[in-house]
Amino acid sequence: MSSVPPVLPDGFVVIVKRECATCQMVEPVLQAIEKGATPLTVYTQDDPTFPASVSAIHDSDLAVSWHNDIDTVPTLIKVVNGKEVERTFGWLASDWQRITDMPLLGADLPAMRPGCGSMSVDPDIVDKLRAKFTDSPVIARTVEFSEAEDEFEAMYARGWTDGFPVIPPTRERVLRMLTGTTRHPQDVIAIAPPDLVELTVEKIAINAVMAGCLPEYMPWVIAALEAVCNDEFNMHGVLATTMPVGPVIICNGPGTRAIGMNSGINAFGQGNRANNTIGRAVQLTIRNVGGGRPGEVDRATHGNPGKISFCFAEDEVGSPFTSLATERGVPLGQNAVTVFAGEGPRCVVDQLARTPEELTNSFVACLQTVHHPKLVIGFDAILTISPDHGRVYAEAGWSREKLIAELTERSLTPGAELVRGAQEMAEGIPPHLRDATLPKFRAGGILLTYAGGGAGLFSSIVAGWANGAIGSDPVTRVVGS
Amino acid sequence: MASGITILDPTNESKPATRQVLERPASVKGLTVGLLDISKPRGNVFLNRIEELLTERGAKVLRYSKPTFTKPAPVDLRQEIATQCNLVIEALAD
Repeated sequence: MSSVPPVLPDGFVVIVKRECATCQMVEPVLQAIEKGATPLTVYTQDDPTFPASVSAIHDSDLAVSWHNDIDTVPTLIKVVNGKEVERTFGWLASDWQRITDMPLLGADLPAMRPGCGSMSVDPDIVDKLRAKFTDSPVIARTVEFSEAEDEFEAMYARGWTDGFPVIPPTRERVLRMLTGTTRHPQDVIAIAPPDLVELTVEKIAINAVMAGCLPEYMPWVIAALEAVCNDEFNMHGVLATTMPVGPVIICNGPGTRAIGMNSGINAFGQGNRANNTIGRAVQLTIRNVGGGRPGEVDRATHGNPGKISFCFAEDEVGSPFTSLATERGVPLGQNAVTVFAGEGPRCVVDQLARTPEELTNSFVACLQTVHHPKLVIGFDAILTISPDHGRVYAEAGWSREKLIAELTERSLTPGAELVRGAQEMAEGIPPHLRDATLPKFRAGGILLTYAGGGAGLFSSIVAGWANGAIGSDPVTRVVGS
Repeated sequence: MASGITILDPTNESKPATRQVLERPASVKGLTVGLLDISKPRGNVFLNRIEELLTERGAKVLRYSKPTFTKPAPVDLRQEIATQCNLVIEALAD
């Protein structure tokens, strides 16, 4: 699909279009240059009859403009021995006079007049030009739908979607998505479960297009996939388990604000493009490249709606606590994702607590119900504190460490209340732990985060899957470029 | 016919050859049967009984177990079963 870049002829080269008033203004200048000793070649982008008074070549496919990075017309380029030695764009009399060595060139014109956008950077066609002219190492097999096929129906029928429509991943769109990362399209990011296939940047970009991502989300999607495709996170197990978990993606760093992620009102919900499409791109990639589909390797009894996408940013600016990423060793100011095998969020209501002790007791009571009040240690959880609840801790001066320690201490429960059969419930911990006193969570088992809208004395819990070597551990990865 | 839109394949482009199911043996007598316990609770109860029934029918039984039911069997284990057994039975229990 690529083309050999056209070689510019020696002498002066000017690129113009009729639609540009500045190009029309410099027509007498072009006549003057043409009369000089140095050859002049004019390329016209839109109208082959323009400029009428000077001979011009129609850059009909914009190949000359594209390969010479023309952003603005008119552009004047000086070419010596096939090589560009100087250029100017728009009309700046002093530049044109110096480059042409014609001190009186355009003396009757204004000293300066800005140019217009080159057709080769027109947003409506730049993707097509990139696809046509870039010698891109995109190697994915192409799939051609017939004219009679509706492409949205066709993609659903092929099993490529999560049930919602996806954006058709045309070559143009995929190449545009690839501009969001400096990684080579054929870089292998991970081995994608469950089919254990090499996951390339190109395949991620294809699925990111389908999910509705913008190119600037690519580094986040890549980092999240790096984070789930390893033995610690155990994406294969997260798919295969009958429990209702999927990858929950927590984003940290200044980049979350740069790409417009939502850490405020409705942070877990619908409506924000970055939150929703980054999570969706990860899931579509696992589905399409990894081969993880519900009813096949994905055996979830109920699943949860977050398996379409569950991705949010921490409100680091408003938080009274150090961020989750900082807690997990990421240097301040760096962007990072943390992935957690989690179910859907549940609300903790406490509208009356005014002291950190009271509020912590409410959190503990609700956290004890994670999966079963009599099962401890084996599951982790995300606790997302809202601004209204966070204020209680901020005013009391409680740090992250203090809160985690208090949650742990206050959750201690005698084994006799937890063993199988106790409280007339068969479920529970093994009988040999009857005499132990146990916290609800293992060390590091509470992922404290801060997000949510500015009103509401509610926080949120996301329960996890079996933790540790038999299940999944949270994984944090720095977001690259 | 004029064509419609062309897109890039989002899948791993693997086209697995259709696997042929092995012919069912007429008898297990003299064959080595692997019993793979995936390490779910009480899987051993089921497999112990299967071992009894197979042994009665003249099969040689070898027992294996996965380290955890949450992860695929390690490559070495799969290799071991494939080289040592004619047949394999995998147990799921709870």
